[in-house]
Amino acid sequence: MAGKPKLHYTNGRGKMESIRWLLAAAGVEFEEEFIETKEDLEKLRNDGSLLFQQVPMVEIDGMKMVQTRAILSYIAAKHNLYGKDLKERAWIDMYVEGTTDLMGMIMYLPFQPAEAKEKNLALIIERATARYFPAYEKVLKDHGHDYLVGNKLSWADIHLLEAILMAEECKPDILSAFPLLQAFKGRISNIPTIKKFLQPGSQRKPPADEKFIAHVKKIFNM
Amino acid sequence: MLPSWTENQELRSMSEKPRLIYFNGRGRMESVRWLLAAARVEFEEIFLDTREQYVKLIKDGSLMFQQVPLVEIDGMKMVQTRAILSYIAGKYNLYGKDLKERAFIDMYVEGITDLMHMILMFPFSPPEAKEKNLALITERATHRYFPVFEKALKQHGQDFLVGNQVSWADIQLMEVILAVEEKTPAVLLAFPQLQAFKTRMSNMPAIKKFLQPGSPRKPPPDDHYVSTVLKVLAEE
Repeated sequence: MAGKPKLHYTNGRGKMESIRWLLAAAGVEFEEEFIETKEDLEKLRNDGSLLFQQVPMVEIDGMKMVQTRAILSYIAAKHNLYGKDLKERAWIDMYVEGTTDLMGMIMYLPFQPAEAKEKNLALIIERATARYFPAYEKVLKDHGHDYLVGNKLSWADIHLLEAILMAEECKPDILSAFPLLQAFKGRISNIPTIKKFLQPGSQRKPPADEKFIAHVKKIFNM
Repeated sequence: MLPSWTENQELRSMSEKPRLIYFNGRGRMESVRWLLAAARVEFEEIFLDTREQYVKLIKDGSLMFQQVPLVEIDGMKMVQTRAILSYIAGKYNLYGKDLKERAFIDMYVEGITDLMHMILMFPFSPPEAKEKNLALITERATHRYFPVFEKALKQHGQDFLVGNQVSWADIQLMEVILAVEEKTPAVLLAFPQLQAFKTRMSNMPAIKKFLQPGSPRKPPPDDHYVSTVLKVLAEE
């Protein structure tokens, strides 16, 4: 159990960003080893470090864990961010799957062909405001608590904050019709570990720019 | 102020049988059918044949993200396949004995899900892409996914993938082996451990029963299935 978790990924958000968020929120310090070139990726593959030849990969508790969801579930459970019983876990899982779908759309936007970008951005905004945010706004409204599940901070809350901030980068006033989510955003952002993560100098990564996208495409043969 | 379906909901949760709402075909619900069957849990099914049924589900507020699968289980209207499967696995002791076993089960299941997703989407791919997609499914199965499970079984020499007892990962692996074999019959040629695994799993009573005619197992998707899905979801 000794040693900090070590994250293997490119020096950008991608699928690893949710893991950075969760570790940071849990107050867990972690190291990062960045894949800068195709050769870096090949070396990880040839070493047998990547179960399915893919990253993210996180070295944690003696395991070389792959598959984002598996890694996140493990961290959540280990750090008491996964509810108190099976049913709370079920709700957390449902909510996280929704935010994963939304963030997945946003993540892939820069990799879509240029002519599809405008249409896909419009779809993201439509889905955020007509499918996902209404669901979470309703959850908060129905129980009136500060957190999504079990009146206690969980993985679902951290993931939702991440999704909200990503969506706001697409459209700054995207929360305008969701007063409870606005309040939620304020509350969760003020949790000390999360507040720290949101400040400059943390391991949070910036949105991908064109140069970074080209760099990633080269490494992964996309 | 509660909607009228709430009373039915509570009555139903007392009757214990989960209720699956989906198209009459495999899709994303098939893994749920496999897992419930392997856990020997009887379930009911409601099939979506018309767009009107789907629109009504949305209007009723039954679909949290306006999507199916939907599984009514233990008083919850569960959506999101992975959430549903995790809940069933956890409830019926198919999720390992501790956090680390769960981590391995999750890793294996996620890999299998990626392969399964390719198969799931295959009937919806344009005709000109089908040959390429089929080749990719076979390539990924034989070079990326099956070697991992072959190695895991060889290394520990046990009957099941994790913790020497049957888990969600074994059931999911069995499902994907059969699904790939439907497309590439000789796919297990180079994988003797997986061949033996497949035989062992087939002989487990609950799975044996599920593999027989008359079970809730659904046939491979055909044109009728594809057109029903597109019609109900009103996708172009």
